[in-house]
Amino acid sequence: MALPVAFFALFFAWPVAAIVTRGLKVDGVWQFGRIADVVGQPDVRHVLWFTTWQALASTALTLLTALPAAYVFARLDFPGKQVLRAVVTVPFVLPTVVAGSAFLALVGHHGLLDELWGVRLDTTVWAILLAHVFFNFAVVVRTVGGLWAQLDPRQEEAARMLGASPSAAWRKVTLPALAPAVAAAALMVFLFTFTSFGVVQILGGPTFSTLEVEIYRQTSEVFDLSTAAVLTLVQFAAVGAILAVHAWTVRRRETSLRLVDAGVTAHPPRGAGQWALLAGVLATIALLLVLPLAVLVRRSLDADGFGYYRALTDPDGGTFLVAPVHAVWTSLEYAATATAIAVLIGGLAAAALARRDAGRLVRGFDALLMLPLGVSAVTVGFGFLIALDEPPLDLRQSWILVPLAQALVGAPFVVRTMLPVLRAVDVRLREAAAVLGASPWRVWREVDLPLVRRALLVAAGFAFAVSLGEFGATVFIARPDNPTLPVAVARLLSRPGDLNYGQAMALSTILMVVCAAALLILERLRTDRTGEF
Amino acid sequence: MLLTLDAATVRFGGRAVLDAVGLDVAEHEVVCVLGPSGSGKSTLLRAVAGLQRLDFGRVLLDGRDQSGVPAHKRGVGLMFQDHQLFPQRDVGANVAFGPRMHGVSRGERDAEVRRLLELVGLPGAARRAVASLSGGEQQRVALARALAPRPRLLMLDEPLGQLDRSLRERLVVELRELFGRLGTTVLAVTHDQGEAFALADRVVVMRDGRIAQSGTPVEVWQRPADAFVARFLGFENVVPATVAGTAADSPWGKLPVPDGSPQGSRTVLVRPAGVRLVPADQGLPCTVTARTFRGTHVAVRLQPQDGPRLEAACALRDAPEPGVPVGVEFDVPEIVVLD
Repeated sequence: MALPVAFFALFFAWPVAAIVTRGLKVDGVWQFGRIADVVGQPDVRHVLWFTTWQALASTALTLLTALPAAYVFARLDFPGKQVLRAVVTVPFVLPTVVAGSAFLALVGHHGLLDELWGVRLDTTVWAILLAHVFFNFAVVVRTVGGLWAQLDPRQEEAARMLGASPSAAWRKVTLPALAPAVAAAALMVFLFTFTSFGVVQILGGPTFSTLEVEIYRQTSEVFDLSTAAVLTLVQFAAVGAILAVHAWTVRRRETSLRLVDAGVTAHPPRGAGQWALLAGVLATIALLLVLPLAVLVRRSLDADGFGYYRALTDPDGGTFLVAPVHAVWTSLEYAATATAIAVLIGGLAAAALARRDAGRLVRGFDALLMLPLGVSAVTVGFGFLIALDEPPLDLRQSWILVPLAQALVGAPFVVRTMLPVLRAVDVRLREAAAVLGASPWRVWREVDLPLVRRALLVAAGFAFAVSLGEFGATVFIARPDNPTLPVAVARLLSRPGDLNYGQAMALSTILMVVCAAALLILERLRTDRTGEF
Repeated sequence: MLLTLDAATVRFGGRAVLDAVGLDVAEHEVVCVLGPSGSGKSTLLRAVAGLQRLDFGRVLLDGRDQSGVPAHKRGVGLMFQDHQLFPQRDVGANVAFGPRMHGVSRGERDAEVRRLLELVGLPGAARRAVASLSGGEQQRVALARALAPRPRLLMLDEPLGQLDRSLRERLVVELRELFGRLGTTVLAVTHDQGEAFALADRVVVMRDGRIAQSGTPVEVWQRPADAFVARFLGFENVVPATVAGTAADSPWGKLPVPDGSPQGSRTVLVRPAGVRLVPADQGLPCTVTARTFRGTHVAVRLQPQDGPRLEAACALRDAPEPGVPVGVEFDVPEIVVLD
């Protein structure tokens, strides 16, 4: 317990506090009046308003498209379901930068729609909303569908036997059981879109800016630290509120539902309605999820094929000090290190949280662990720069800085994945081992470890994918001579010219392939008990 | 004494789950703790195993105080209520777990696993997956696993609780025979009196964390210590009465009681076999309200004109129909004045 607390205190709380102090303390005096000043500014108000309504709109749109899919995945059996489930999840672990560039390739200047019908959406809010749906589709399908598949159909049958019509049975029995899961999924989507950075940075142009993007702009372009600090606080408060509601819905979700094995509740589609629903869902997935990725891959190829990929190995591109392909190795190294840290810290925290006698304080830490998920990654990255640049801890020149920041974002995923599995280990199994003569350490090795090994691998995979795609914090602290993949993609996209654009698409494709490969391996390992997001 | 509990007390949030329990178990003795759910019997086992800390009192094994000795060093075995076999290991690995923790070599372990599986009637099952076992087989594997480290005291928590009736009756005989052969010292808990009486040398009845009675199965059956024990054993004809000489004044009128019964205000138990049905114009007038077929006899429920209901046991051919008026007389040998 001590190690995770120290880790989060040092690498999360301190940098964030440092930023806030730097922004609000002038000559040793707190300037709380600044908060009102900044929030009162019309352009800040505009950003706040846009951040909120685009998050609401994205959440609504995601629910609208993904809930039918959740039903289809939960209750219908069709060939290729397993593969499709993995395909749906790919966007979620994709770096935001890749999602951004995929939609740019689809709806942007010279994008597919532009060439076919002259339609461009990259200057409208639709591109952002669609990209958010692309991203968070899996959150809804997995959270709601996961529960839906395990709801005992006999509950509905019992209601039918008591005289309820099919629709009444659904409304009175299934819907109330699903409601907390839908609420939890909606909140997660809202949280992710509220703090969206990479997507808006790439697709938003100068017109649209979320809080996160504005924090980035204020710190790295305008150098107005106090405004950035206030915006950080505002986002902090909003995220805290969302997480509190989320924790509440999760608790409601855990209340006494009769769950059965997911395998037995699905059946092949029956009747025209179910076939139409299945077709509609498949079409949505094809258009919204697969098409952008396909276009991305297509755009990474030039007239002769792999020219853009070859250009990646050329150090004279001018954008970087090294050949862009070098970023692949840098990213893999960083992500591996970050994964090791995240698994260690997250695993220890999960083990401490899973103890039945965990007190109030420890359970409070549970909620705090989720904060790095939602709190501005940009803030963390910038906080690292200003908090960890002087003795006793000067890491500014150290390569470990990037993996540390990435581990911070990855650790909550590890906790989320491990916790349900650890909690599900029957205490009496441990007691049985103890009575048979196993010391506490051997109990852990002989009983807990074999049961959680798969969850540990899944957690590591998630941490790896998240670290690989981390953008908001890394963009601050990655050194110019050693960019990670997402940073390199963003930098290439910010340059004019077909070669840069093509290289960005090529790098994005590489990143997508690495992430998708990691995910497909995970999908084979995933157990029923591991947490859903 | 192999095991001594000395004023053992466990409190959960102010409520005493074990309330100053004193209990001795001698070597080779099979003791069964009997009580309704919530009477503290599982907590008793957990306290002896070292899984539950005592708030007060001591647990002694071979005369040595066990406070501060962790569960894995106490050298006692515990078979859990729902077996708690390790799901990721096969049968053999489950049984070999204890010896492995005690550093027994692989060869010896394998021989021991074979011997034990044979002993519990599952020869050659070592490579089977735990999930493929039936309830009775799981129970046998759990027993073999608990015996494998050769514990000085074997504890069983509702050993046959989840099995169906016929299997339970067969296994209880097997267990009794096995413990006799091995000379194992056993402390078992159960809520099933039939199981306790069939298994134990000595029965300990618990109520609300205290010991209500302790004795051989025959002693407990013949002379329940109080109304609670009598009712728990399934006797329903329990009433307050005033005893004077060899007669007791009860709500059912005058009852004959054995010579030398305790005198004064007492509780009297009339076993169903001691309730004799006679023609309606004799004895205590009653109406038959129900009858239940019990295999060897029929339990007849009777409602006297006044006083609480009575249960009588009679032969199938003598059992009257519900609604029929009958008379009741009482037989002295089946009447007990409780202390």
